[in-house]
Amino acid sequence: MLAYIIRRLGYAIPILIGVNLLTFALFFVVNTPDQMAQVQLGDKHITPEAVQEWKAQRGYDKPLLFNPDKSGLSSVTDTIFYEKSLRLFALDFGKSDAGRSIAADIEQRMWPSLAVALPTFVIGISVNIAFALFIVMFRASIFDTSAMILCVALMSISGVFYVIAGQFFFAKEWNLVPISGYLSGADAWRFLILPVIIGVISGIGGGTRLYRTLFLEEANKDYVRTARAKGVPELTVLFRHILPNGLIPILTSVVVVIPSLFMGSLLVESFFGIPGLGSYTLDAIQSQDFAIVRSMVFLGSVLYIIGLLLTDISYTLVDPRVRLS
Amino acid sequence: MSTSAMDVSSVDVSTMNELGFRLHFLWSDILIFLLAASLIGFAITLYRSPLSRARWAQVFESKIGVAAFMVILFYVVVALVDSVHFQIQLEQTSESSEVHYAPEAKSLLDVVLAPMQGKDEKTYSAPFAIHSFAKATVELPDGGVAREFPRLLHGGSHLENEDEHLVDVMVKSLTIIGWALIPCLILIALHHAFLRKSASGLPWPVIYTTSAIIFLIATWALQMSEYYHVLGTDKVGQDVLCGALKAIRTGVLIGTLATLVTLPLAVLLGISAGYFKGWVDDVVQYIYTTLNSIPGILLIAASVLLIDVYIETHPEQFKLLSDRADFKFIALCFILGMTSWTGLCRLLRAETLKLSQLEYVQAAHAFGVSRWRVITRHILPNTTHLILIALVLDFSGFVLAEAVLSYIGVGVDPSMKSWGNMINEARAELAREPVVWWSVTAAFILMFVLVLAANLFSDRVRDAFDPRTSGSGKSDGGKVK
Amino acid sequence: MSTLLKVDNLRIQAGSTHLVDGISFEISAGEVFALVGESGSGKSLSSLAIMRLLDDALTITGGDIWLGNDSLFALTETQMNGIRGSRIAMVFQEPQSSLNPVHSIGDQIGEVLKLHRGKAANSDIIELLAEVGIPEPEQRIAWYPHQLSGGQKQRVMIAMALACEPDLLIADEPTTALDVTIQKQILELMNELRRTRDLGILLITHDMGVVAEMADRIAVMRHGKILEQAKRAEFFTNPQHEYSRQLIHALPQPDDYLTRNEHAQLLKLENIKVWFAHRKGVLQRISGYTKAVDGISLSIGRGETLALVGESGSGKSTAGRAILRLEDLSEGEIWFDGQRIDVMTQRAFNQYRKRVQVIFQDPFSSMNPRMTVREIIEEGMISLGLVDNAKEREEKIKKLVLRVGLEVSHLDRFPHEFSGGQRQRIAIARAIAVEPELIICDEPTSALDVSIRGQVLKLLQELQDEMGLSYLFITHDLSIIPHLAHRVAVMRNGIIVEQGDTQTLMTTPENEYTQQLLAAVPRIPEHI
Repeated sequence: MLAYIIRRLGYAIPILIGVNLLTFALFFVVNTPDQMAQVQLGDKHITPEAVQEWKAQRGYDKPLLFNPDKSGLSSVTDTIFYEKSLRLFALDFGKSDAGRSIAADIEQRMWPSLAVALPTFVIGISVNIAFALFIVMFRASIFDTSAMILCVALMSISGVFYVIAGQFFFAKEWNLVPISGYLSGADAWRFLILPVIIGVISGIGGGTRLYRTLFLEEANKDYVRTARAKGVPELTVLFRHILPNGLIPILTSVVVVIPSLFMGSLLVESFFGIPGLGSYTLDAIQSQDFAIVRSMVFLGSVLYIIGLLLTDISYTLVDPRVRLS
Repeated sequence: MSTSAMDVSSVDVSTMNELGFRLHFLWSDILIFLLAASLIGFAITLYRSPLSRARWAQVFESKIGVAAFMVILFYVVVALVDSVHFQIQLEQTSESSEVHYAPEAKSLLDVVLAPMQGKDEKTYSAPFAIHSFAKATVELPDGGVAREFPRLLHGGSHLENEDEHLVDVMVKSLTIIGWALIPCLILIALHHAFLRKSASGLPWPVIYTTSAIIFLIATWALQMSEYYHVLGTDKVGQDVLCGALKAIRTGVLIGTLATLVTLPLAVLLGISAGYFKGWVDDVVQYIYTTLNSIPGILLIAASVLLIDVYIETHPEQFKLLSDRADFKFIALCFILGMTSWTGLCRLLRAETLKLSQLEYVQAAHAFGVSRWRVITRHILPNTTHLILIALVLDFSGFVLAEAVLSYIGVGVDPSMKSWGNMINEARAELAREPVVWWSVTAAFILMFVLVLAANLFSDRVRDAFDPRTSGSGKSDGGKVK
Repeated sequence: MSTLLKVDNLRIQAGSTHLVDGISFEISAGEVFALVGESGSGKSLSSLAIMRLLDDALTITGGDIWLGNDSLFALTETQMNGIRGSRIAMVFQEPQSSLNPVHSIGDQIGEVLKLHRGKAANSDIIELLAEVGIPEPEQRIAWYPHQLSGGQKQRVMIAMALACEPDLLIADEPTTALDVTIQKQILELMNELRRTRDLGILLITHDMGVVAEMADRIAVMRHGKILEQAKRAEFFTNPQHEYSRQLIHALPQPDDYLTRNEHAQLLKLENIKVWFAHRKGVLQRISGYTKAVDGISLSIGRGETLALVGESGSGKSTAGRAILRLEDLSEGEIWFDGQRIDVMTQRAFNQYRKRVQVIFQDPFSSMNPRMTVREIIEEGMISLGLVDNAKEREEKIKKLVLRVGLEVSHLDRFPHEFSGGQRQRIAIARAIAVEPELIICDEPTSALDVSIRGQVLKLLQELQDEMGLSYLFITHDLSIIPHLAHRVAVMRNGIIVEQGDTQTLMTTPENEYTQQLLAAVPRIPEHI
């Protein structure tokens, strides 16, 4: 088990290197810092001096990979690649293009993100599983077919509409909750409740449908017939036999996103004005702050890889058949 | 640089000068027609194989399947019609023999939608309204000045008496629908009388109803647009219905072009990984895990930002506004495709691994059949159902993604009509008092219908083609009837 | 003897198709009643109908089933649940998938007890496990199904079925998925239990050997109807129906052996090994090997059939694949017609591809569903450059399909339109199309019904006589060997434990395992 985890972490290194090189290529080779400066400064202020100063302030004035002016080790370390890309491996995110410490921002903003994303995740999965089970209970009936069509319909609505409609009705028309904003501490729930509800509702269609398929697949297996032949009542078959087996693929498939919950949701956070990492990223995209985008890309990959590892471990916990080796 | 065919972002064909226009192909136009042609080709090859023919029959014999298909077909036809662009010849002003063309390319759809275009109001107006949505200062006949809701310039301008408004809408609607019903009924009757004998299992009543409904709605909307703004007008007074219809091209194209990018990559890498195993598999797995590990929306956003930078720093390559928008659009499709091939690739890898263990592949090896032939004859044809299902599912995914991306500000160019852009404006519109609801509603309905149809259709395709799910709906129960 | 179960004119329909068409039979306490038939005869459906576990798509359209004095169809679902597992219990074919993978076997047996008895004491469960012959039941009670072997799982299934001391046990092909030696153990167990518990058993099977060994009374089913019902002795000595006679004749005739001639050597394996590496630890070092084939030597002469016999996991199929170079050798030499072929380059080996061909077990996965029969047969001829002229090739293909007993009109059809037996004929045509000298037959008949099996084997033998073919016949079914193979090699755990000519080996086996294997083959007792 330990050897397995160590090996998996070993696999993660080339992937992170890949992500690192890819972002480096995207942000510094495909587009040069000069072009970034041009776009950032706008048409009016483009003078070579202004561009140079913009680059110098942010440390983009160094050579990309190799610095011929320096000697020894610093000819490699005093470069953009080392300063901006390699340092990410130590989770040293540096400063944003606007001059703020990215690490401090992340530390501060990940909690509101988590406050929205975690309840959405937990409630969402529970609701979907409950609905799916309920539908499987009435499988092959009119109720099943209509519920499935409803699910497909719910899936066919863009997430943006859920947010717009939710905000419009719950906050604007009926005045049940504040439209947007955030408070830390105990009062936060008033601001959290709407985003969480909307997050849950927007996932119901797809989730319920997928889980129904998984449960149905189990429902057709031989051991279910065995259970019935034992005289187990239908409801017990569902909860004691189908549910635990169906939960294995469900749980193991959702584990991968758990670490990424910290990253928050771009859409929900920006619509509801929640000062989390999602809206942070979105602001960075809209103000073209490449340093932040780069950091978030790397952070996202790290969290995803942790998620993959957790997935493997979760298999051993829920499925007696799986042992890691 | 003149309008040469070597232009980076578009191709002009100026052969029909005497007719007063010339075709102007955007790259996305060319791609979409290529795609349509290859899809038809693909359908023909599928039709030849009796196995897949039987399965398609199953798709089209289901009521939902055939209805969804008709709806998708309608959208695709609109998108194709909107993809034939041309520039109208301008009046020759000087003596010079040089022919000038309008700087903006129009499409065939613009011709169809002519009743809705060129009738811009000043600002917002509600559906079927005859008054503007916002108060304006008007001069009264007696010379005084008042703040009131002015009459619209075009919407309902034929009305003498404002009180007739509601009655007029009703009467006109009924008349139009009545007239439109006649050709529907005649066609149905003719078909019923002559073609019924070659009855396949198709659910004709559903086909009739669906096509009649589409036809009635389309005619009604077009005809009513002669008199009113059926879905109101937007902030700058343009007809919302017109914009929403123009956005169909964007939606359909983004769905299909992005899939087009996805497909070859996923198929090539997925099948190679599953078939050759060993280091090929390692490399492919590495690539898709790496790509997967980057949060998709961030990768897209980052890439689109870079495209923006490219466009801004190379203004000389994009002369027409539409060329620029088109370049960004194709780039967006490309980026979407590049970031979402991994799912299908993974599926295909797993399926190929499974297939290459099958005895008929082993038998082919025992016959010394070359690897290339094993892949093309034995493996690829047996994965088409996976590809197909992924194709339709991806399509609806991309259409939905466009809305989110446009909202975030990394979607299609703001100058391009798209549902995402319409929704983007909805934030401000919904904050007004009273709210401006029609723009976002129009985008919602058109988008919802397309995605729903695609999802339902892919469901049927999956039921018919996926051996695992087919029949799973009607299983066990343990009760005596 | 009192009548336990009475099935009266039972009818089952799917839509308008009659799957079970008015069958009637009775079972008494302590009796084994065998319902025999080939696939699709409706025998399994009948058993599910007794349990009221039929798919919703199937409807019971007529008849009645009586358990003692209760009409089963008149009961409510809750009452029926009281009967399932308590008065009637069932054992299914696939022990691999019939147990719930996430519950321990103790829990699963306990569940029945709790349902019908209200409590489940560990001691009772352990006692049950001991009764069905699970070693160390005190520990195994906490084990999960995947930790047990196939035979042990079937024992657990039986323990579960017997937990509440039912009157009737329905066993639906209980040993079909098991190896012969395990099959024998399970059958013995069932026989013993019915004696100790006075249990009525409804045995559903396609295997006449099992029937002969187990049944007191026999009913033969075909196309949803019972053709004949009789006591065992009567049935085997004087079958009334033509179809019953066919089934009985398909059983091996123990004293009918092929005579052995001297054959010139064609294929020789010298000490071949196929090992699969296990990797372990951080650096994925090779920590050990699965020795699928661990040093076997054998030879096959021209026009000779060598049967390679073994149970699942013995490595017999891997050995066959190694000859075709579908597996890499870890060690050893393969000689074909005086040439060493295991070290040849792929290109040079292609010369031998047409001389060595293969027929696989599963007639449903051995043909590409998207190719026509013509394309399937043609593929090898084209890729091995056998007949370049398209017209000649077409002629040859037509001859081939006629030879294997199909029609020319079948050429444009697709595999799914054929039955299992016909598909196997297509596979044979595909193999002989390239005029091979040796054909590796990997369990070519084990997926077929008994009556079809004989026809396919006969075809293979005719072709051997006509074309001078050699066969390496890989099989687990000892019963077909006597009139098929000239020589036999018995494999176990990757090595050949004994080989020799068929008659000698089958009548006077020397190796202990061979003896076990032969003893386990169910046969018609001599004294009937």
